[in-house]
Amino acid sequence: MEARFQIWRGRGEAGRFEDYKTEVAEGMVVLDAVLKIQAEQANDLAARWNCKAGKCGSCSAEINGIPRLMCMTRMSSLPLENPITVEPMKAFPPIRDLVTDVSWNYEVKKKIKKFKPRPPDAPDGTWRMNQEDVDRVQEFRKCIECYLCQDVCHVLRDHHLHEEFIGPRFLVYAAALEMHPLDNEDRREQLKKEFGIGYCNITKCCTKVCPESITITDNAIIPLKERVVDQFYDPVRRLLRMFRSR
Amino acid sequence: MADYKTFTHDVVVIGAGGAGLRAAIEAASSGVSVGLICKSLLGKAHTVMAEGGIAAALANVDDRDSWKVHFADTMRGGQYLNNWSMAEFHAKEAPARVRELEAWGATFDRTKDGRILQRNFGGHKYPRLAHVGDRTGLEMIRTLQDYAVHLGIDVHMECTVVSLLQDGNRVVGALAYERERGRFKIFDAGAIVLATGGVGRAYKITSNSWEYTGDGHALAYRAGADLLDMEFVQFHPTGMVWPPSVMGILVTEGVRGEGGVLLNKEGKRFMFDDIPENYKTQTADTPEEGWRYCQGDKNARRPPELLTRDHVARCIVREIKEGRGSPHGGVYLDISWIKEKIPNAEEYIKKKLPSMYHQFKQLADIDITSQAMEVGPTTHYIMGGIRVDAATEMSTLPGLFAAGECAAGINGANRLGGNSLSDLLVFGKRAGEFASKYAKENQRGKIDPKQVENAAAQALKPFEQSGGESPYQIQQDLQQTMQDLVGIVRKEDEMLEALNRIGTYQKRRDNVHVSGNIEYNPGWHTSIDLNNLLVAAEAITRSAIERKESRGAQFREDFQSKDPEWAKYNVVVRKGSDGKMVVERVKIPDIPGELKQVIEENQ
Repeated sequence: MEARFQIWRGRGEAGRFEDYKTEVAEGMVVLDAVLKIQAEQANDLAARWNCKAGKCGSCSAEINGIPRLMCMTRMSSLPLENPITVEPMKAFPPIRDLVTDVSWNYEVKKKIKKFKPRPPDAPDGTWRMNQEDVDRVQEFRKCIECYLCQDVCHVLRDHHLHEEFIGPRFLVYAAALEMHPLDNEDRREQLKKEFGIGYCNITKCCTKVCPESITITDNAIIPLKERVVDQFYDPVRRLLRMFRSR
Repeated sequence: MADYKTFTHDVVVIGAGGAGLRAAIEAASSGVSVGLICKSLLGKAHTVMAEGGIAAALANVDDRDSWKVHFADTMRGGQYLNNWSMAEFHAKEAPARVRELEAWGATFDRTKDGRILQRNFGGHKYPRLAHVGDRTGLEMIRTLQDYAVHLGIDVHMECTVVSLLQDGNRVVGALAYERERGRFKIFDAGAIVLATGGVGRAYKITSNSWEYTGDGHALAYRAGADLLDMEFVQFHPTGMVWPPSVMGILVTEGVRGEGGVLLNKEGKRFMFDDIPENYKTQTADTPEEGWRYCQGDKNARRPPELLTRDHVARCIVREIKEGRGSPHGGVYLDISWIKEKIPNAEEYIKKKLPSMYHQFKQLADIDITSQAMEVGPTTHYIMGGIRVDAATEMSTLPGLFAAGECAAGINGANRLGGNSLSDLLVFGKRAGEFASKYAKENQRGKIDPKQVENAAAQALKPFEQSGGESPYQIQQDLQQTMQDLVGIVRKEDEMLEALNRIGTYQKRRDNVHVSGNIEYNPGWHTSIDLNNLLVAAEAITRSAIERKESRGAQFREDFQSKDPEWAKYNVVVRKGSDGKMVVERVKIPDIPGELKQVIEENQ
């Protein structure tokens, strides 16, 4: 069976969709088709990929307008009557073809206060943690940093507030640190003032696109918002803060 | 040379998987300036694919475990060709390296009393693998990456090294290109650590991504370093076989560790048919005993599915060849059967093997909690690599260090599952430590502009010559050849034919043509990767021809038994003075009495 593609070809902001056709074999994913086109028809078609098993988060793109991993999108899940469009993520500056400049994400991560464990529990320098306490953090640590959640988030995608808002990925990252059973650091002030947690209005688009099915909004962002609210808007704490600062 | 930007560091680490990150962390922590070069984005290296766990004798689950048992297991698994000194460092230091990860924020699965949980794996006598479900590699790389970014390491992402630069024999720098703009960068280094991973892309069916083209192996080889044990390529017994587009993707050994069984099309558990002599005393007699082992019964012995990878892969090939395979040319791996044994099997499988559940569900429409998987061997890992000093990881060239998969020694003729992640940590740390020391203690060498010009011109050649063919076709032909002729079962005449063909690919490579622009051009990158793959493929083939016996991962149809004489040697290849590859046998140093005793006490 033959599938038609419209793949974005461009340098920087300038570019256009180009048409390609390729044979589709059983079980193929969109990345297979893109790599086949690259090997046979367009050797210089730029695309990122690595593991091809949904574990590294490199091949993020927008397929028929939806942010997805190319390696986990089965061709059989797409309607083949119409051409399949494949284009780069929109929330980041385009570099070439399907490749975007995601360096902003790496800069954001550096700003988040690092993991600070409590002193070890045992004389041999080790800790004790219950599986139930670890479970919560393990969900967040499944993140493969594909940045699809950043791509779909309207605060970044439409309003370009990259300077003021760290996006769902890094709220999940902050949540993993804040809820880590061993962590002693406090990132609430950073979250409120520097990271713009207030910009998130819980539309849950990020949760919907997450290929690792992390419940980003409900399990990470809302509890973080609550912690921030508890610290900054709880009247008793506010009073205490006033006394302490004297 | 004037227009290439130069970056000066005390230590330059090439590769940012587990070993490279650990080396960079160690070097940076010792106070030197560190540059870290990664071929992809940071955090995407193949370490993320590691599933089962990190082998370390923490003895959290079974207190009979110790470095001695781990050491003996590693040596037995490697058929005693291992560098025993590395195996000793590895077994002794792995527990500290794992605990360190926890101190840096890793969240391993827990025992009931809150310590790091350990699971069973092939060839390990006791449950030894610290793990996070079946995504241990991701946990490890993310922990290292997040720790490293706060150490002031200069990270060069999507940057590929095309040549090492030398001052005499000593390695003093590297020439690289960055993908985004296609620009060359010069790295001026006090010492260099290679941590580039493996060569899986030399084969058609592989669990490795496009990056694993033997870059470190080839860079070191071209600079004059020795490569050791290159005949030993690990074919992981369980890769996906269907659908075709996912062929080769890894199915973790953890499935078998949790009780998964291998079945042929007749529904027979064929692994009980052939148990090697040196594992007889450690292997279960009945399926019942094997299941008790997986459930943590300390008096039970492990099921034959958890024999070493080389053996399991060969048994699977035998079943397929003799017509007892599954419809798509594999065998069945079934974990769903455990519902006969435990009440909440479905949940248990999803908890313990979440990525496998996800992977099969999404890519093959298979629900592993109720259906068997179809699996077959896939090229996974190379035990061979750059020959290094056991304690310092320095190669045979001064100033050049290597760690992780691109280095050789720890694994001998076959690697045990779980020993790779611990290898990355133990020897990554050592390489970083000693590269830093080397850089501090030695005056800097000089970068030779002529070498830079030559290397750049060589890299750009494919743009300039017209009429040649695309690198993709040559790469595909090479992969097919290695798959067919230098695979799991090898024969002299077939391997000579492979050498012959590799020769023709080398000629075709010289005329490769790529079109388009220099910016982010995968065709061009493939042409450079191809140079490295050809070196790796030739080294594998020549070493495999040299070793006229079957041992560990090397199975020769024309020499089917182990030869005691060959137990005394490793095979080394290096570039001869005429530029051709030279093959040599080197004697393995005698193992000290106390280590010999450790092995004997832990039979």
